[in-house]
Amino acid sequence: MTQLPGLLDTDAIRKDFPLLDRTVHDGKKVVYLDNAATSQKPNQVLDALNDYYVRHNANVHRGVHVLAEEATALYEGARDKVAAFVNAPSRDEVIFTKNASESLNLVANMLGWADEPYRVDDRTEIVITEMEHHSNIVPWQLLAQRTGAKLKWFGLTDDGRLDLSNIDEIITERTKVVSFVLVSNILGTVNPVETIVRRAQEVGALVVVDASQAAPHMTVDVQALQADFVAFTGHKMCGPTGIGVLWGRQELLEDLPPFLGGGEMIETVSMHSSTYAPAPHKFEAGTPPIAQAVGLGAAVDYLTAIGMDRIAAHEHAITEYAVRRLQEVPSLRIIGPDTAEDRGAAISFALGDIHPHDVGQVLDEQGIAVRVGHHCARPVCLRYGIPATTRASFYLYSTPAEVDALVEGLEHVRNFFG
Amino acid sequence: MKLDSMYQDVILDHYKHPHGRGLRDGDAEVHHVNPTCGDEITLRVRMDGSTVADVSYEGQGCSISQASASVLNDLLVGKELAEARRVQETFLELMQSKGRIEPDDAMEEVLEDAVAFAGVSKYPARVKCALLSWMAWKDATAQALGDGSAEHVEDKAGRKAEERTA
Repeated sequence: MTQLPGLLDTDAIRKDFPLLDRTVHDGKKVVYLDNAATSQKPNQVLDALNDYYVRHNANVHRGVHVLAEEATALYEGARDKVAAFVNAPSRDEVIFTKNASESLNLVANMLGWADEPYRVDDRTEIVITEMEHHSNIVPWQLLAQRTGAKLKWFGLTDDGRLDLSNIDEIITERTKVVSFVLVSNILGTVNPVETIVRRAQEVGALVVVDASQAAPHMTVDVQALQADFVAFTGHKMCGPTGIGVLWGRQELLEDLPPFLGGGEMIETVSMHSSTYAPAPHKFEAGTPPIAQAVGLGAAVDYLTAIGMDRIAAHEHAITEYAVRRLQEVPSLRIIGPDTAEDRGAAISFALGDIHPHDVGQVLDEQGIAVRVGHHCARPVCLRYGIPATTRASFYLYSTPAEVDALVEGLEHVRNFFG
Repeated sequence: MKLDSMYQDVILDHYKHPHGRGLRDGDAEVHHVNPTCGDEITLRVRMDGSTVADVSYEGQGCSISQASASVLNDLLVGKELAEARRVQETFLELMQSKGRIEPDDAMEEVLEDAVAFAGVSKYPARVKCALLSWMAWKDATAQALGDGSAEHVEDKAGRKAEERTA
């Protein structure tokens, strides 16, 4: 058994995740290396979901009966947990959405309908990067099309980093908002937040950080980031699907207009007009994903008990090992940084000219689950002249033995198509 | 091993040595993509009266999608249009069968090498790969014949049905 410094006690952790014991294809144990797509769920989260429905289920913020009060306390308790998890100055800055895509769409729509000084219009510019997930590209394309604003982006270097050499030309006095990914879901790159934020602040642009691949894996401190908005999703961090988070600075949430209208987000309603509840409720129209928020709260407790810094150290060790072992595979080319420095635990690669679909299929037959395709980041594939990649991504329960299984699996792929 | 039911030797042979690959003159050209995985094909059809005179193509994608285009070229070039359509429809039926159709002699006679794809129909994520070139051919043929409107609508419906299956 390979021993690496900084590893967590994965024997103990894996006992919390029943799915990791599953076998597929006639008794092969699942080697789950698709964590950047979604994480598995520990018993602590599954129990919280079940307990909520079995004992406390009711709608929130309405009704005076005991169940409604319990459900509300659990839902709002989850908000407290998430606020503490990202070191938010106020719990009212945490908006629950259904996923990170909705969080980013919400920001784009707030800005599209905003008054000055936030308004995005045909005299202003929006800045993103070429390594964004489609969820941080398309909402801004839509906003640009609807407002006439100009969409600009940072390109990528050959080794999978942001090319910031022309930062002063990309982010200018006309820039209203800069939105970028903290950790790339396809390249694994960890981006230099401070450099971008400093320039954005110089020109008075708002900063939106997509932390979907960061919040599950490392400490995300919204105050240290100095961003204006931070988006992430629950299901990649041991929580259920259907729950996402948008953190936003309080004064912005007070000033910016709501996007979705409906129940829950109002103060008073007449047939002519309405006034709105204060944030975060202003941005949470309709019955929210209550059980899912409670599940996310349990996930945050779970991760916090282990410690985000220890999780980051574990993943760094696994990533370092994986990068080294993968480079031993003949004809394998890593797409993205080829060291573990400033890099997350998602590793994309090409294997000779064998198409990723075929790689993934043969790995699946051995019980190894990886993601193949363009990973909702097609511009990255275009940039590097590849149709798709195979991606292995690790988490707190990943082991060196699983890296070894992947490397052996890839040998099998090469023989199969050799 | 189950994998061999998908990756039949016939398929791997077509993948490694594709037939009729490359773009040549045609009456119509289409570009089809599989948005979930990035497989792409550009395909041209040349008709000679009611005969499929040539199907030429260029694309990138997995072994299944590329082998399928090669088999299509083998099967359809030189056929009368009605016969070619029968092959296409039979192939579609096989691919949408979710592994429930065991090709019989009659089907094998129509599909020849294409029966090798029967195993692929068990893998929902890969059915689209196998059908990519066949849907492109249907689309291109409709355009080449200039009866765009009616055929095109039918084709779109066909693709929707396929998406539901996949």
